[in-house]
Formats: sequence, C-alpha cells, structure tokens
Amino acid sequence: MKKKLLTLLLIMVACATVASAQGRRGLRINEVMVQNNGSVVDDYGNHVAWVELFNSTYGPLEISSVYITNDKNNPKKYPVPLGDVNTEIPTRQHIVFWADGQPTRGTFHMNFTLEPGKDNWIGVYDADGKTLIDEVVIPASLQADQTYARAIDGEDAENAADTWEVRDGSEGKYVTPSSNNIIKDTNNKVEMFSTQDENGFALTVMAMGIVFSALLLLCVCFYIISKIGARVSKHNKAKAQGAKLKELPKESHPEHDSGEEIAAIVMALHEHLDTHDRENTILTINKVKRAYSPWSSKIYGLRELPRR
Amino acid sequence: MTEFFMSNLEQFWHLTGFYNATWEHFVMLAVGLFFIWLAIKKDFEPMLLVPIGFGMLIGNIPFNTTAGLEIGIYEEGSVLNILYNGVSAGWYPPLIFLGIGAMTDFSALIANPKLMLIGAAAQFGIFGAYMVALLLGFAPDQAGAIAIIGGADGPTAIFLSSKLAPNLMGAIAVSAYSYMALVPVIQPPLMRLFTTKNERLIKMKPARAVSQNEKIIFPIVGMLLTCFVVPSGLPLLGMLFFGNLLRECGVCNRLAKTASNALTDIVTILLGMTVGASTQASEFLTAQTIGIFALGFMAFIIASSSGVLFVKLFNLFLPKDKKINPLIGNAGVSAVPMSARISNNLGLEYDPSNYLLMHAMGPNVAGVIGSAVAAGVLLGFLA
Repeated sequence: MKKKLLTLLLIMVACATVASAQGRRGLRINEVMVQNNGSVVDDYGNHVAWVELFNSTYGPLEISSVYITNDKNNPKKYPVPLGDVNTEIPTRQHIVFWADGQPTRGTFHMNFTLEPGKDNWIGVYDADGKTLIDEVVIPASLQADQTYARAIDGEDAENAADTWEVRDGSEGKYVTPSSNNIIKDTNNKVEMFSTQDENGFALTVMAMGIVFSALLLLCVCFYIISKIGARVSKHNKAKAQGAKLKELPKESHPEHDSGEEIAAIVMALHEHLDTHDRENTILTINKVKRAYSPWSSKIYGLRELPRR
Repeated sequence: MTEFFMSNLEQFWHLTGFYNATWEHFVMLAVGLFFIWLAIKKDFEPMLLVPIGFGMLIGNIPFNTTAGLEIGIYEEGSVLNILYNGVSAGWYPPLIFLGIGAMTDFSALIANPKLMLIGAAAQFGIFGAYMVALLLGFAPDQAGAIAIIGGADGPTAIFLSSKLAPNLMGAIAVSAYSYMALVPVIQPPLMRLFTTKNERLIKMKPARAVSQNEKIIFPIVGMLLTCFVVPSGLPLLGMLFFGNLLRECGVCNRLAKTASNALTDIVTILLGMTVGASTQASEFLTAQTIGIFALGFMAFIIASSSGVLFVKLFNLFLPKDKKINPLIGNAGVSAVPMSARISNNLGLEYDPSNYLLMHAMGPNVAGVIGSAVAAGVLLGFLA
C-alpha cells in the first residue's frame, strides 16, 4: 500500500514538474530597448533600458526563480525573485524588466545594464540555471528609442530572419512596452472569411470534406477491425473445436449414446430404486403484525413523487 | 416617522418586480410557461424543457439592475452567475458528452460502419444554415454559431456558441432544444416527402453481433482518429469516447453509472436552468433572435432531408440485398434516440414487421460524432 502511495506521489510530482517546465518553456523575450532617451519611464521616473517578456502559453505563467542574463558565462546573473505576486504573467500577456543595474529598486529592476553601440546578448534560463528558454542578440546598430521586437508576439516567423524587426515608432512599427507588438482590432480569421468567402461556399466544402473524411476514416478503420475480429474469432473457434475433438477418446463415443436412451435408463433406475427427495412437509405461517398509520405509510410519505 | 416609513417603503417598492417590470419581461415569462406546458402536458423533451422553462422564469424576474443586489445571471459574483460559468466557459457540454458516451451503445455503428457516412451527410444542415446566415447579414463567427443548431445537439450548440458568439448563446441554445423537442413533428413529413413507398418497405439485414473487444477498441480508436483530424473537437469528442470506454471496458461500472446517471442529471439540471435564465428579456427579445429561430428551423430541415437523400444516393451504389432503408437517414442528426425512434415508428407504420430502431441507432450516434467534429471544424476555422 505504502509503495503504491509513494509511486502515485512520485508520478504526481513528476507530472507537476513536467507541466511547470513545459509552461516556462513558453516564456519568450518579446521586445528590447537598449537606449531609452524619451520612451517609457520606470516606476522611479527614469528612462532606462528594458526587456519585455511574453507568456506565449494559454495559461498563467509564474516566472519567479527563472534567470535573466546578458552574460553567457553567467546564466544565473539575475534571478527573478520569489514571493512577488506580480511575477505571474497572465495568459498571452507581457511583463517589463528594467535593465538599470539597480536590483534594490524592486523585483523588475535587474542587476545589469545594456550597452548601446554594441551587440547585446540576452538570455532567459529556467530555474535550474542550465536550460536555456530563449535568447536574442540585439544588434549594435539599434538607435536610441528604437526597439528590437518580435514581428509576431511570442512567435518565430517561418523565415528566421523575419522573426525580429527594428521598431522606431513610425506607422506600423510602434514601440509597445507591456502591450502586444501586433495590435489586433479584429479577428483575422473572421475577417478573412468575410472578405474571401462571402457566401460561405468554400467553408462549407472544406468543412463537409473534413467531417466526411473523419467519419470515413473511422468507417474504414472499423471495417478493417471487424474483418480482423471476425477472422480471429473464426480461427479461435476452429482451434477450440479441434482441441475438444482431440480431447475426447474414441471409446467415449459409444454407438448408442442418444439422449433418449440415457433418459430411459435413468427413468428405469429411478422407478426401480424408488428414490426421491425426502421433504419436510411442515409449513409454518407466522403472522406479522404491523400497526398501520398514515404517518408511516409510503403512500403518504413526503418523499413520494407524484405519479401520472 | 411617517416620512421615514414612506421613504423606506418607496425604496422597497422600487426594488420589487412589479415596479421594474416591462412588457418584455412578461413576454419571456409567457415563453417560459409555454415551455413548461409543452414539457408537462405534451411530454416534449421534459428533462430539458422543464429546467429551461423554469430557468426562463428565474431569469426574467424583473429587478433593479442598478441596485447592486448581485442576483442577476450576468452580475459577476451572483450565485446564478457562478452556476452560469459552466455554460459561458463551456465546461457543462463536455460533461454532458461524457454522460452520453457512457449511455450510448455503439454496437449498431460498429456492426455496420458505413452508416457513419449518413451521420456525416446530415451535417449539411449545419453548413447550409451557415450560408443562409451569411446571406442574412450575420458575421461568419455568428453564422457558424447559429448554424450548429442544425446538428440537433444541444450541448454542442452551447459549446460552440459560447466560443464563437457568446451574446447569441441564449437564443441558440433555446432554439436548438426547442427544435430537438419538435423532432417528432418536423421529421416525419420530410421523410415521407423524400421517399417512395417501396423504399420505405426496404428490410435491412439484422446487424451482426459485436464482440466486447471491438466495443472497447471503438472509443479508443474513435477518439484518436477524430481528434487527430479535428483537435478543436477534443473537449466534446474526448469526453464522449471516454464515457463510452468507461461503459464498455467492464471494469469501471461505478464510474460509468455515475457518468451516465448522477453526473449527467446534475449537469442537465444546471445547464438547462442557467441556459433558461440567460434568456433575459433585454438580451433575448431582439430581431436577431427571430432570425436565429428561423435559421435553426431551416437547418433542421436541411439536416433531416440531406440524411434521407444521402441514403437514396448511397443505395444507387449498393447491391440489391444490402440496400439501406432511407427512413433511417433522418437519424443522422444527433437527437439521440428521438430521431432513431421516429425512423422505427415510421418503418412500422408501413410494414409492422420492419423494425428499424437498431439500424437507425447507427447513423444516430454517428450524428453525435459528426456534429462534434463539425463544431470542432467551425471552431478551428472561425475562433
């Protein structure tokens, strides 16, 4: 019993660890500003460099104890402190860390700065300090108040070179600390179907095709399974019958073994020996007294449901 | 002192239903009473219409919405709002599907897998209604949510509308359940219209016996195949097949019994009542609702007809001794087991020795799978 409980506990712990690890792997560096002259200010009113992290999963993500670093040789440079409720990033949301080298100013102020005019490598490591979750190299060419941002929040583009872009605040290239890099005001899919499939014919054809394929697949699969099943059961039956026949020796099949003959022999023996069950012929009837009261009657019980 | 009494009584008067009532409230209360009457007197889907009808009464008691009483279904933190979470977040329908899976015997379908295609054909109702809804000016996501009424599957309709068009969910759910209750009225005329007398007399061969192993393999393979094709249908399909595995595996009888009885009953009560209560007059009595009811009716007609017509088409390719009676085509919509019963009754009407119930159960349960797959497809395309 103890072993079973221990195994169950171990499985649960393993599952929880895997789930947590899987979640943290959804953490992404989303946007970085190296030189902040006139952009967003921190909670002390200062213009400092910042790193935006994005929770690309569809569940809240607790990031305390992950590491953020700008030094490949020191992956544990800035541990995100434990015990701050604000380190939980809601689903598909962001969090901004200030790279001002002043960790005493709060959870979101890191102990390193970024250097303008140089390539800046930034990495995020899991709590073990070994598993690299995400990394990016910010090019030295990035100007003041420009950011290096993912073109699509938390996602890699099909072509790796298009994943990141420089944003200068111009039309379509907005600097977006703590908000989506792509500002969506409509559901793209719905928009696409409204414009490209006005009468719904394409969706109908596609959807019916998928529904038919799914059920056809199931149909074919079960056709095959039933054929295999029939063959296996036929085989088993034949095998069982064969074994039965082998088991019975030839002597056990006398020529006169019809049911009628056996029944006649048994009846004759019964008559001859005059054997029958001896039965107790005493019948006792006990009167059961039950005092009647409507209060104890099931008919008037409060829990009785009405019948139609 | 008198002034104190009067001011308090006046304040109380302003909180009463009599003061806050509008004609819309009375219309909705009348609709709720009509549903209850249909259920009790006419025996139309009483398990659904009684909770929905009474829910309508609960949801349409007029009260002062600005008083912060936290009693309305749309007021966050109210008891009704907490119960409504199962609908708005979409977790009641998968639980109902668990129960349906635990109640359903898929033998008829396993014995004759080609009947699955009838279940697929009946989904034309959904997409036919989708096209008409677009024509009427609904946005694609709203059209998809409305069209799912054609699947004749209440939980699926609630699940999809909660994702695609939450504001229309009350009307969609009530419409879906109303038409499901009216299946015995809607389907027979269509079945007669699209079939000849000879077709109605077709006798199908009794289905073969299905082994226990096949019954156990079905939910596992069914879930894997359908969910690999349409992962967005996972909440519904996963629970449906899980429930069925509980039933068929033979080692989880207690779980299967709970899923098919107590759990389903509890969720049905909560689902029906909260869906009914969500039809608050201010949200429900709109021109859109009338459009949704009209589209739902049309979707039902297309679904039932396409099932019957598909069987006729299918028969053209089948040998003479393996023809399918087109009267089971209507059962492709997933109103289980009502539509299968209608097939059987109509079959007996034309030939008292022609029992179609078990044959009709095949497309009927295939319809459940088909509508869940269709919902998954719509969710994948439009969410």
